[in-house]
Amino acid sequence: MCLGIPGQIVAITDASRQMAMAEISGVRREVSVVPVAGADLNALIGAWVLIHVGFAMAVIDEAEAAETLEALRGLGEAQETLEAMAEGAKALEDAQ
Amino acid sequence: MRYVEEFRDPAAAKGVLAAIARVADEIGATREKPLHIMEICGGHTHAIFRYGLDKLVHEGIEFIHGPGCPVCVLPMSRVDECVEIAERLGVIFCTFGDAMRVPGTRKSLLQAKAEGADIRMVYSPLDALELARRTPEREVVFFGLGFETTTPSTAFSIQAAAREGIANFSVFCNHITVPPPIKTLLDDPHMTLDGFVGPGHVSMVIGTHPYDFIAEDYGKPIVVAGFEPLDLLQSVLMVLEQIRDGRAEVENQYARVVPEHGNPISLAAIADVYETRPTFEWRGLGEIDASGLRIRPVYAGFDAEEKFGIGYVTARRVVEEPEGCACGAVMTGRMKPTECPHFGRGCTPDMPLGALMVSSEGACAAYWTYGGARAAQMEAAE
Ligand code: SF4
Repeated sequence: MCLGIPGQIVAITDASRQMAMAEISGVRREVSVVPVAGADLNALIGAWVLIHVGFAMAVIDEAEAAETLEALRGLGEAQETLEAMAEGAKALEDAQ
Repeated sequence: MRYVEEFRDPAAAKGVLAAIARVADEIGATREKPLHIMEICGGHTHAIFRYGLDKLVHEGIEFIHGPGCPVCVLPMSRVDECVEIAERLGVIFCTFGDAMRVPGTRKSLLQAKAEGADIRMVYSPLDALELARRTPEREVVFFGLGFETTTPSTAFSIQAAAREGIANFSVFCNHITVPPPIKTLLDDPHMTLDGFVGPGHVSMVIGTHPYDFIAEDYGKPIVVAGFEPLDLLQSVLMVLEQIRDGRAEVENQYARVVPEHGNPISLAAIADVYETRPTFEWRGLGEIDASGLRIRPVYAGFDAEEKFGIGYVTARRVVEEPEGCACGAVMTGRMKPTECPHFGRGCTPDMPLGALMVSSEGACAAYWTYGGARAAQMEAAE
């Protein structure tokens, strides 16, 4: 929960809400880019960000992203985060 | 015990370990008279155990595991209040998975769910907000939990709910801040801390200046660190060098992610949505002044404490910890997890009695997972 996970922004999905699609360790998930948003949201496409509970909290470089991901895998935290994302998706499915 | 070979760059790790040993010797640290270095963040605690850093470093260095695991410092009374809200008719209670097994006085959220309460594990407060959009006839409550790393995300979600007028969304706010408990620990006359390894991702939000008091008022070094084991070792080395040179400064080993002044957008959202509570209870540490956040009156419609009349809004309830539970002593470094009478007996990660056994970031769970379990069994067999 406290450790962020790196992801790459692949598209802006809702500019008014500042939402974007991120690819996180092979999984796609919509995240908020509010904390890192500048004047031009499209500038974020392709950027690597550190994602905490669904929010891109910092822009990082690609090498940093790779090293952080490896450290998280070593701790088992990468898997935990991906499982939490799946749980989140499930919680929403139940609402339909 | 783990080996340096597991590091991404074993040669670099060996170099830093050798430098740590050299400086520790220069300071005169020994097994009998060790330096006490506290890692504040639970993520660091996990990494220290996972990589066996406590065994790899010079024997004159002892890690004290700080209060930086939000699940571990969650008081039982707050868990009880979660259950109380979750069991109300029409409520969907959303929580991070980590909090599901924290024991309350009556039950955990996991037990409440098994008994029929609509409790859902979410990854993000955005999931809870989306749930509220989709089910306008239900009250969706998000269990806001964590330090400055997660605090902004809850704030952004409340701002979004206010903007969109999502009236069936509220937050049970338990956000806490890192500096006040550090001050409490430093004020404790029994405390013998020599330096700190500061949290990386919390600092990404708040920057490094909130730690100035540690260096300026208490004369202790602190180095903000990244999560890789090598980051941690480098930070320990930087702390030791400060001690050797008689310096006390706030240094930033993780400058590649942590800006000196933090993240301005997140800080603005925190200031907009929350105000500081006069006091907040920490499991094992007691009430700490100005250590918790509550939702400002302008956002009262999104405050579950106001909406349900629960929590600090009502009279305080004093809740006793389980008999013999040593969580407080472990958290302040006065006791090792294995010295707790419940460790591995009445308290294991599957059946936690104390909160330090619940999350992988808790000292007891980390101890158990990475070797403590075997040690405890061997002790029991003797
Ligand atoms: S073993 Fe359990 S009860 Fe004892 S200190 Fe650890 S978490 Fe608390």
